[in-house]
Amino acid sequence: MSARASTGRRRRALLGSATDITAILLVIVALFAILDFDAFFTTANLTNVLISASLLIVMAVGATFVLVTGGVDLSVGSVLVFSGVVAGEVMKAMGGQGWGAALVGVAVSMAAGAAWGVVNGLVVTKLRVPPLIATLGSFGAAQGLAQVITNGNDLKDIPYELVDTLGVGRVAGVPWLVVVALAVALAGGLVLAVTRYGRRTYAIGSNAEAARRAGVSVDRHLVSVYTMAGLLAGLAGIMSYAQFGSTTLSGHATDNLAVIAAVVIGGTSLFGGVGTMFGTLVGTMIPAVLANGLVIVGLNSFWRDFAVGVVLVAAVYLDQLRRRARTAR
Amino acid sequence: MTALLEARGVTKRFGAVEALRGASFAVGEGEVVALMGDNGAGKSTLIKTICGVYAPDAGEIHFAGRPIAGMSPSAVHDLGIETVYQDLALAPDLDTAANLFLGRELLAPGLLGRLGVLAKKRMAARASQVLTDLKVAIKDPAAPVATLSGGQQQSVAVARAVTWADRLVIMDEPTAALGVPQTRAVLDLIRRVRDSGRSVVLISHSLPDVLAVSDRIEVLRLGRRVARLVTKDTDEAQIVGAMTGAWTQEEAA
Repeated sequence: MSARASTGRRRRALLGSATDITAILLVIVALFAILDFDAFFTTANLTNVLISASLLIVMAVGATFVLVTGGVDLSVGSVLVFSGVVAGEVMKAMGGQGWGAALVGVAVSMAAGAAWGVVNGLVVTKLRVPPLIATLGSFGAAQGLAQVITNGNDLKDIPYELVDTLGVGRVAGVPWLVVVALAVALAGGLVLAVTRYGRRTYAIGSNAEAARRAGVSVDRHLVSVYTMAGLLAGLAGIMSYAQFGSTTLSGHATDNLAVIAAVVIGGTSLFGGVGTMFGTLVGTMIPAVLANGLVIVGLNSFWRDFAVGVVLVAAVYLDQLRRRARTAR
Repeated sequence: MTALLEARGVTKRFGAVEALRGASFAVGEGEVVALMGDNGAGKSTLIKTICGVYAPDAGEIHFAGRPIAGMSPSAVHDLGIETVYQDLALAPDLDTAANLFLGRELLAPGLLGRLGVLAKKRMAARASQVLTDLKVAIKDPAAPVATLSGGQQQSVAVARAVTWADRLVIMDEPTAALGVPQTRAVLDLIRRVRDSGRSVVLISHSLPDVLAVSDRIEVLRLGRRVARLVTKDTDEAQIVGAMTGAWTQEEAA
């Protein structure tokens, strides 16, 4: 009995609600490895998978916090574009090249994203607009402003220093994009799992009124969570600009749904209170692995969207089953 | 007996509705006092006024000799008064220890603590100590409290209040949603809290519970105290009479 309880506890600490989905990812990887080991299971190809997932990972880390509070952030893709555009304009005004412009660009992009996050947080907490609508509003507004600033034309001049490092550069063979994404995920995972900030994020999503009565400043915490989500979308904005050499105005309209799907597939509950960063990482990798592997085995990559849709619904169904089993006792 | 908590002549209006019309209430040290009254008698309003949720329009509230009327809820907490609300106020997805320490998390020593890292082991150990002291057996303390039975959840809520209440625990209908064995467990818990030297205010509609566990009973009717009874010297008929207005103890108000 005690042995079973302790392994149960260990599994809960490690994977939590992400146990099933981790198995699914492993099965998918194994399947592609069996079908075409030489093309799929190479360092270069798996690195490509990680690169293609890196922007989503960064945004999904923020979205995990938001969903754990029981909220949602639909604005991330537009905030990404907006932040890249603002950073691009600032770097252009600084002469367009050099380390100075590059570093200022990174800082400005993150600040611009954080600013949208503050707006989202204040609209949700002070104006009491539901997160779905508040962030749908900023989804449209941020995209619109980005178009206004650029007059609808993508910015394309970015410091080479930024492209050569963050964009396409590598450290010890690992692309910068992947290093940054995994560092963000690790930091976010630690904050969520072991700190008071993370504990209160869960508590608010689980029962905001209980947290309030226990003396947690719920509104301030929520504003900070949306601000972090915005800041990470801003970071993804400068990463995207550096990677593609363009502000990709029209390239991120469905990022928000991709991010939410990844987080939810990873076992985070839409109702809040439940979720792990490890699960989010797994949930982000499933679409990325599918997209890559399906092409390698000769299937149309459009099947990815179909498969992700199925996995998403299955993940939420599992969450419902868990909740039902829990309340039935 | 010197009163630990004493409210005198408390008035509270909500618009045209006068919820408390000069209500008085007193709890001594180490005493279990049942606060009774029909629906709308003003029990919840009185408790919320004591806890700082509402500020009284008139009247005095003293706790351990200090005036506390109009203090904020957190200031009242800091005096050692905790309330167990009717709707539990637990976070169902968090485990027992996390709920006991909700809003008062212990941090790791040194640099990690300054980074906000929790002292999870220390909290788990203290939680299990508290539960052992109160003789509350939780099947799996690392499981979310939503997986516990109603009685166990109520025990966690009570344990949480007791952990932080050095002086006074207020319980709003703690047995309303419970079956017979769970109710007995909560009543035992109330006795143990009293035996540890703390005072308890029990709001309840259940006469058997009140007769079983309380030392005294104070009855409110229409926003005013209408009876102060010593439990061992009274009976159901007298209590019901006071609640319904068939009988009023003139000196109680």
